[in-house]
Amino acid sequence: MTATDAGSVTTADPASRFSRPQRLAIQALVLLSLLSLTRMWTGFDNLTSSGTIGAALRLTVPILLAGLAALWSDRVGVVNIGIEGMMILGTWFGAYGAWQFDPWIGLVFAIIGGMIGGLIHAIGTIRFGIDQVISGVVINLLALSGGRFLSELAFVGEVQGGISQSPPQKRGIPIIDIPFLAGGDLFGWDTPDMFGWLEERQWFLLSDLAGIGGGLTGGVSMASLLALAMVPLSAWVLWRTAFGLRMRSSGENPWAGESLGVNINRVRYQALVISGGLAGLGGGFLSIVSSSFYRQGQTAGRGFIGLATAIFGNWTPSGILGGAALFGYSEGIKLVAGGSLTGLFLFVALIGLTVTLSSLVLRKQQRALIAAAVGVIAWVGYLTIAEVPESLTQGLPYFITLVVLATASQRLRPPSANGVPYRPGEAH
Amino acid sequence: MTTTEPDISKNPLDKILTPSQSPQLQTAIVTVAASLLGVLIALGISAFILAVTGKNPVDAFTTIVETAGNTDKLVEMLDRATPLIFSATAVAIGFKMNLFNIGVEGQYLFAALISAQAGSSVNLPAPIHVLFILIVAVCAGAAWASIAAVLKAYKNIHEVISTIMLNFIGLAVIQWLFESFFREEIEGNLNVKTKLLPNSGRMPTIIDGRLSTVFFLALLVIVGYYVLVYRSRFGFRLRASGENPDAARTVGISARTMVMLSMIISGGVAGLVAMKSLLSEAYAYGPNATPIQLGFAGITVALLGRNHPVGILLAAMLFGFLDSASATLQLAGVPSSIVRVMQAIIVLCVVILNEAAIRRLNVRTAEQAQAQLAPEVNA
Repeated sequence: MTATDAGSVTTADPASRFSRPQRLAIQALVLLSLLSLTRMWTGFDNLTSSGTIGAALRLTVPILLAGLAALWSDRVGVVNIGIEGMMILGTWFGAYGAWQFDPWIGLVFAIIGGMIGGLIHAIGTIRFGIDQVISGVVINLLALSGGRFLSELAFVGEVQGGISQSPPQKRGIPIIDIPFLAGGDLFGWDTPDMFGWLEERQWFLLSDLAGIGGGLTGGVSMASLLALAMVPLSAWVLWRTAFGLRMRSSGENPWAGESLGVNINRVRYQALVISGGLAGLGGGFLSIVSSSFYRQGQTAGRGFIGLATAIFGNWTPSGILGGAALFGYSEGIKLVAGGSLTGLFLFVALIGLTVTLSSLVLRKQQRALIAAAVGVIAWVGYLTIAEVPESLTQGLPYFITLVVLATASQRLRPPSANGVPYRPGEAH
Repeated sequence: MTTTEPDISKNPLDKILTPSQSPQLQTAIVTVAASLLGVLIALGISAFILAVTGKNPVDAFTTIVETAGNTDKLVEMLDRATPLIFSATAVAIGFKMNLFNIGVEGQYLFAALISAQAGSSVNLPAPIHVLFILIVAVCAGAAWASIAAVLKAYKNIHEVISTIMLNFIGLAVIQWLFESFFREEIEGNLNVKTKLLPNSGRMPTIIDGRLSTVFFLALLVIVGYYVLVYRSRFGFRLRASGENPDAARTVGISARTMVMLSMIISGGVAGLVAMKSLLSEAYAYGPNATPIQLGFAGITVALLGRNHPVGILLAAMLFGFLDSASATLQLAGVPSSIVRVMQAIIVLCVVILNEAAIRRLNVRTAEQAQAQLAPEVNA
């Protein structure tokens, strides 16, 4: 959030000498330096260790895919509350395919399972014209109860299987280390582990960068790479192809699109099936990569966090990646640190200090005041709070989303026809 | 931004459920017919699913029909319908203002925790004690819903998004309050709860303990819903604002006030959802003792009952009946989990058929009106 605040130095601002990517890079570097400072100050090395980043990546992927699922449906103007249900279908079908056949076939099953959910949503909202939120809610219930029903048919009676759980899979998706960067094999040659070596030095900033690099290049599931590839792929299809232009026209102004000969309903069908497929893949990742079996309640609201990241990321693929990474990292650090998140208070305090100073330089008094207040609160938190209750941190992603919606809604730009019912030939 | 009335509904024609423009009686007949047909089609689809998966649908349906002849099961049906009536009414109040309250789930769980804690820490004479707990529950549910109400009325944040987020925030807050302050430590007891309510704070069960008297409170609430929404000045303003906020505003009905009030009343009713569990079953709040998912079930019941008090009552009884039949189904060799699948399919079919029927009816009414006008135009 602070990152976007700092990013609000608009082009009209005389102080912005840099282009947008340059600014983003500078902000990232500043943030990382502060994180590094926090790490050295508190001696809490896990803050940027490759282990934490690796865990964060595994936790990011399902949220990312759910967020992209929301992107695809919102961009054609259909609200998709049913992403959670499509993810549940993905977890079930994925686990079934991986248990019966092979983990890769499992992922394909997961995608197909999600696509079925997307198709139901499309038929309900487009063919029959029922309210989009109602359709989504019913899909969630259908997937939840359907998963239980299918488990009763397929898993009950199997070893370690039951009505709420599938038998474990025997094999998983291969995990790879990138040669040279993380010490992977190259034609049988054990290459040096560059990031690992750097990380061990414990240098300011460099070791943190290496830790992040190591987490992203070492011990990575090939399914994670596949998921990450969906980000540029979605961006390319939606913003660089005629197909994507038609999709976005459906989300911005379907009646204008219709007048130009776009078959809006067909475009919406396609986008919803893609949306369901992405959500299904996210579910499959949970039941095949994150664990080795299906369990009822495995998605744990990630479909809804995905919806949140789409808002949070301003309906752009890169923004969604950022939001998912933020949520994934905060979950990952919780996993590694086991609840002792107090170091992060110091981090927020440092961010508050930096933003205050930079805002004062830029003569943005209001922002300086807010940043200072946040910084002081975080500093007091760091000094007084010994342990953050695990239960409260679970609600954090949702809380942040509400705060962003309440404070930065002018800066958000949702697709303008999102959620507006459309019927061919009924121009408004 | 905060001083001007927000543009709460960009297009007043976009309704969650298509409103009928035909005479009331005609609409009622079409609605009932479409709903019954929807249920029948859904049963057909469920039978098909059972047949495809190698189970005998005839067995399933004979078992369900036999259940209907069992008095015990019918009492159980009313008992199971009780929380559904509360949650469906809560959702329906929102629908009347064209608001989609997905947050009943968070609202009732929050209310359950707060009222359980409050109820077990005071000592009052019996009827007042129960009343006190109920009031606390209503206030707690309303308080949690008021967050979404404020966000909608003053920040124009869509209630679907805010209530989804608030459901999860609520779960976190509830867990934190429970784990840190309200749970009662009993050695070797894994089923942790808040402190049990004293006898004066409990509501009795009747018919050999099969039916909680909270059921009668549910009936009272549904009568109250009818009076409030269909017979009171407030209800008229609410429905007017929900159907056309712009027109309502020109006669001095503020959409913002109506959003605030309907969301808060909805939350207040939602606060009662867990009262059957709290006052006459578990006598406490506990993660394993308090039932979950009732808020989402309430959405389906409200949709199935078309937001009408009688419809809600019947729909809640249908769902309660299907739930009570699930144990018997298991004994007959049919997977009992089919019941929940069946419920979801029923709602989907009823919503689809009603939308189609009401639209067709609206078209016909418009055509008839035109035909009546036509001769005059020609003359």
